[in-house]
Amino acid sequence: MNNIHTDPFFAISKGCFAYRANNVLQDIDLDLVPGQFYGLIGPNGSGKTTLLDLLTATKPLQSGQIIFQGKALADYAKKELATKIALVPQQFAMGFDFTVSDLVLMGRYPYIPRFSNPSKRDIDLVDEAMHVMQIHTLRHRLINDLSGGEKQRVVVARALAQDTEVLVLDEATSNLDIHHTIEIMHVIRKLVRNQGRTVIAAIHDLNLAAAFCDQVIVLKEGRIFTTGSVGEALTADLIAEVFQVQAEVQAATLNHSPRIHYTLS
Amino acid sequence: MLPKSPFILMLLCLCLVVAIVLATGMGFLAIAPWEVVQVLWAKASGAGIAADINPTFPFVIMEVRLPRILTAAIVGGGLAVAGAVFQAILLNPLADPYTLGVSSGAAFGASLALVLGILGITVPLFFSVPLFAFFGAMTTLVVVFTLAAPDGRLSSNTLILSGVIVAAILSAGIGFIKYLADEQVGVIIFWLMGSFVGKTWPDVTLTAIFVFPGLLLTLYFARDLNIMALGGRTADTLGVDSRKVKKILLVCASLMTAICVSVSGIIGFVGLIIPHLLRLALGPDNRLLIPACFFGGAILLLTADTITRAWLPTELPIGVLTSLIGGPFFCYIFRKKQLGQR
Repeated sequence: MNNIHTDPFFAISKGCFAYRANNVLQDIDLDLVPGQFYGLIGPNGSGKTTLLDLLTATKPLQSGQIIFQGKALADYAKKELATKIALVPQQFAMGFDFTVSDLVLMGRYPYIPRFSNPSKRDIDLVDEAMHVMQIHTLRHRLINDLSGGEKQRVVVARALAQDTEVLVLDEATSNLDIHHTIEIMHVIRKLVRNQGRTVIAAIHDLNLAAAFCDQVIVLKEGRIFTTGSVGEALTADLIAEVFQVQAEVQAATLNHSPRIHYTLS
Repeated sequence: MLPKSPFILMLLCLCLVVAIVLATGMGFLAIAPWEVVQVLWAKASGAGIAADINPTFPFVIMEVRLPRILTAAIVGGGLAVAGAVFQAILLNPLADPYTLGVSSGAAFGASLALVLGILGITVPLFFSVPLFAFFGAMTTLVVVFTLAAPDGRLSSNTLILSGVIVAAILSAGIGFIKYLADEQVGVIIFWLMGSFVGKTWPDVTLTAIFVFPGLLLTLYFARDLNIMALGGRTADTLGVDSRKVKKILLVCASLMTAICVSVSGIIGFVGLIIPHLLRLALGPDNRLLIPACFFGGAILLLTADTITRAWLPTELPIGVLTSLIGGPFFCYIFRKKQLGQR
């Protein structure tokens, strides 16, 4: 994963997307490098979810191009892309009572041919994902009987079982308490560090982004305001300009990442 | 797929066969189950019928009872499968063919065909009723979709809401047709209440050629339906073309509903109760649930039809019976669920 790519790994050039009359995203240029943890930040309505939809190919780009591993994203077959990019959504309402293990096994859908049973490898990866997310003891429970934190861990485990190089998180922890949030972020962080996976995560909490991400992508009003490493990009000026909030940023040291103190007045 | 699934399906299939044999023997002229089996075997193998069997039995079995019983079973199975599909697509365990207005559309089309005959425009009813019902159902589906999704996305709440609005308009339309029918309104009313009286082999064929391929198509997409329970966005990132699957299966389920309604009239609650009960018993995996719904729906409607035919002193329209029993039963389940763990 650490080899140098001459082709871009995952890049958008001049990307635009409009929903109904108003432009949601304009002139998006982005070049993502493998093995990094990207934090996507920006105010509500700045287009974070739409950008993630474009990157997961759940919405089509209206102009511009997305290149993923040397090929236009739109040219991938859905099943093939599903083995390369996984999504962890924020809200999760399940109308039907599947068991936890059934749900995590759904992450293996793109690998299991229709009318076939899961292979040994499928079962192993499901087990591993459940162990990593510490939901192994819940495997026979019904999803709707679980607490919010447990449910979200199931959703993350489902995406881990999908075993993809790229993981896209859409505010995956914003409904969780701080304990569960940190736990999930640690797991994701480890995937990037130890396995070289690439993560793009829309995150509301700037301190959370500062603590776990390598890079930030800052969106404002449908445009990329800036990109860069957490230490360089996440400044008091940026927070004032993008979020209209006064803050002090305590610089990173050897032992901790930058910390943001908001001025509440 | 659960390891015990084939066993459950075989058991349900066996129950259906037993129900068919028992029901065929019941009625004004009682025939013992073994005599029914003998006659069926003789007909199937082409051998002669044993001399000790009443010579009127083969006619009663083959020409009177069996077509009606098989029609009831196929319609029951078709409605239950259509219900299971609508529930899985709308992510709403309480949806059914009626929520989308599809049944009302089919009923409107069929009533129109009936009233045309009454008004003196002669059309062969055997073809016109299913045809009109189908066009009624499909037009309704298109209108409901257009109303619900001007931008092509299909959200389940807006779909159900548009279905209810369109169904309300259609029921006023049916009222107007009844008014036009004037003194002969009885034909339409009796038909609208749902009945299997006088069903013949062509009815069996007509329902079978739509319900069985519909069932196979639904089974083909059963696994995709499971994934779509995660929501359209997640399903798309797992490689399911959820919009395509939604459209194919909605058309398929509507077609099945239209054919069932055109043959038997409106029979409520089968498409709602059977998938709901079986999901409670077997879990939500559509690969097991959908075939199980076919057998369950067939057994339920066959039993209900046999009760109206053979037990009740006067024949009650089956749609009235299923709604009278099914409605309160459904309220009970719904209430129990509301008071449950959630």
